[in-house]
Amino acid sequence: MSASDTDFLGRPVIAVTGLGIVSSLGKGVEANWEALTAGRSGIHRIDRFPTDGLRTTISGSVDFMGEMGRTSTGLSYAMAEAAGSEAIIMAGLKDDDFAGPLFLAAPPVEMEWQHRLRLDKMDGAEIEEAGYDRLLQIARKHPDPSIYHLTQCSRISELLADRLGTRGLPITLSTACASGASAIQLGVEAIRRGETERAITIGTDGSITQESLIRFSLLSALSTQNEVPEKASKPFSKDRDGFVMAEGAGALVLESYAAAKARGATIYGLILGCGERADDFHRTRSKPDGSPIIAAIKAGLADAGLEPDGIDYINAHGTSTPENDRMEAMGLAAVFGDRLKETPISSNKSMIGHTLTAAGAIEAAFSILSLKDGLLPPTINHTNPDPAIELDVVPNEARRQEIGAVLSSSFGFGGQNACLVLGRAPGA
Amino acid sequence: MTDEPRHVLITGIGLVSSLGEGIGAHLDFFGRGPGLQPNINSQDYAPYYVHGLPPIDWSKQIPKRGDQRQMETWQKLGTYSAGLALEDAGIPMDETVRGEIDMIVAAGGGERDAAVDAMVMERARGSNDAGGVINDTLSTELRPTLFLAQLSNLLAGNISIVHKVTGSSRTFMGEEAAGISALYSARARIASGQSEICLVGGAFSAERKDLILNFDLAELMLRDEWRPVFARSGAHQGIAVGSVGAFLVLESPEHAAKRSAKAYARLTSATGDRGRRERERTSQRFADLLPKLSSSMDEVMVLSGATGLSDLASIEREVLAQRLSGAPLRAYGTMLGHSFEAQMPAGVALAAGALSRGMAIPPFDTGEEKPASAAPRQAVVTSIGHLHGEGVCLVEAIEASRP
Repeated sequence: MSASDTDFLGRPVIAVTGLGIVSSLGKGVEANWEALTAGRSGIHRIDRFPTDGLRTTISGSVDFMGEMGRTSTGLSYAMAEAAGSEAIIMAGLKDDDFAGPLFLAAPPVEMEWQHRLRLDKMDGAEIEEAGYDRLLQIARKHPDPSIYHLTQCSRISELLADRLGTRGLPITLSTACASGASAIQLGVEAIRRGETERAITIGTDGSITQESLIRFSLLSALSTQNEVPEKASKPFSKDRDGFVMAEGAGALVLESYAAAKARGATIYGLILGCGERADDFHRTRSKPDGSPIIAAIKAGLADAGLEPDGIDYINAHGTSTPENDRMEAMGLAAVFGDRLKETPISSNKSMIGHTLTAAGAIEAAFSILSLKDGLLPPTINHTNPDPAIELDVVPNEARRQEIGAVLSSSFGFGGQNACLVLGRAPGA
Repeated sequence: MTDEPRHVLITGIGLVSSLGEGIGAHLDFFGRGPGLQPNINSQDYAPYYVHGLPPIDWSKQIPKRGDQRQMETWQKLGTYSAGLALEDAGIPMDETVRGEIDMIVAAGGGERDAAVDAMVMERARGSNDAGGVINDTLSTELRPTLFLAQLSNLLAGNISIVHKVTGSSRTFMGEEAAGISALYSARARIASGQSEICLVGGAFSAERKDLILNFDLAELMLRDEWRPVFARSGAHQGIAVGSVGAFLVLESPEHAAKRSAKAYARLTSATGDRGRRERERTSQRFADLLPKLSSSMDEVMVLSGATGLSDLASIEREVLAQRLSGAPLRAYGTMLGHSFEAQMPAGVALAAGALSRGMAIPPFDTGEEKPASAAPRQAVVTSIGHLHGEGVCLVEAIEASRP
């Protein structure tokens, strides 16, 4: 290994050699990047299920994955498969024999309403009264392993491991809306430990159902600005009123820089550092002083060996909820000081919505594309800035700007805070 | 990062099951064997068998009523067990200390509101608009905070809130594999210098008909007649679920020495794999995971996390008979029930406790398990997942361990 193969702590430098993206904007890196940098929104009215009586009737659902889209588990797999396969092929490797470990951020799954209602209609129960006792009697008469499979949280990674030819026991993880970033962090750590030369990290989320929408709605987390769907997600705006649920998947092939170079792979960018810090204040709200967010950002910078002035662009978590955007801006101000106002920061969620478990992975993939192309996607729907948040949000139109390092932040329910620092490929 | 891999010590154990709470209570109970009876509820879940929890005073580890109200049993069980492990490790309730501790939790999902689910099904029967029924009923009947009691990563979230563990918070999912990966990842991070101290474990609440339904749709549940795990076969095989909360504090020797903490045992390795489940391939993968041991088999104990599915148990026993021939074998699911995400952490907890006491665990099933002739020095803990994922941990006795 030469000096450039290791970082300031003597650890292997982590290269990104492949990307894959699915979102409401489309399938594939090219289609997504083109739409995102053109400032197009993927948010639309929901027609997957009836929305009568619901406070929110819009989403960034992914409705083009065919039959697999009929269940959350199936859709989450199909998008992960598409993104994972795209990333591996882009890396110049075989998409059925990746030969490295899989780190998967996936939504928790359970039985869906379509299955409960289907079972309840069947015969075979002595108990007439609706409920689980009746369903258990029916299940004994009419076993159906296909429903059981959809309820297993290891299902998606099992299918992916076979399809992509990954090695070892895949890790399926959930750190809520930070999951995608956490998956990348696990991959980085495995390569730094020298366990593997490459890893594939995927974040996927296809869990928009009536129940999931209602659950978020009951927590008052969602935008109810249904009239013009594509204008509902407006991070850092004064009239933001919640996030827009969305679906998608993002995949990155991570490799030790030395291994990537040795096989002549194209290097699209680097993962320079990862930081995390849990919040012990509240199940859905951040500690009022922002200290866990601040600590996570600082940990990411420290792991990358950078000071705040080494960051040229921030890919925000920017959910468009009143709480998140205020706390995120406050946390960034505490770390970046006066420099924050001069640092462009934009939220991909203004266009693709909040892809929840997948968000950190998709946004890391977009961050690599920003580094590669010198192009910052905009924060759209920014016509009414929040005067309490003074940021250069790259309003409404993409901007050409050469950048060397990006901070990508992810914050989630349950006190989850994770930050990635991504860098431009050497010589690019 | 350190160049040489470091040892990884187990310095705290929090174990709660149908048998009681605390590693000491479990070992004391085992010490009264052989011929022990598990604590099984065969009435409320007939024809299934559930190792349910004894009464627990949650306020001992979750002092605020407000916190308890935010959780259902699964999260309370995990948060309680995590608290026991931290207390057992002698880690003070000091935010600056606990703020440096990493955390990996193996989790499924939380409880549903069975009454609301029944209401939706009832109303949908008389309606030609099931979608509308779901919208109306869930919008008005679901408790808003129940979502947080269901979210997988909110067990870790509650542990942060109640016990102030905030160094990091990672939740792994995927049944047995989640528990295997959690131990693997926590151990690897400490051994390589990426972490100094980590709270790792999981919880499973068995008293849930919604979960039993999922498993019995694939005919995986033991029904009608209970037998010990290794005696299950033919029509009398399957899973008897058990409520278990199992957390460990893993620590580098340097970190433990600095705070004068004594360890139970060393977690020498934690490995996992997966693949297609044909007999030969499963045997080969499992055999490859087993450590190569130099000591006499008299001093090796195998704690099997076998599920109660007889094909898998037969593969496991066949490989063990070849590779660790003569080592006493115990299927701890016979006593605790099967706890999926918590299965491997529970086995490692029992192994560490027994090694520290120098205690040979008596047979749980005198028909299938032989008495041990010596106190164990090494324990091999296995977990072959009910559907997929296989894992093996090696736990070793250390000098000057905790009494």
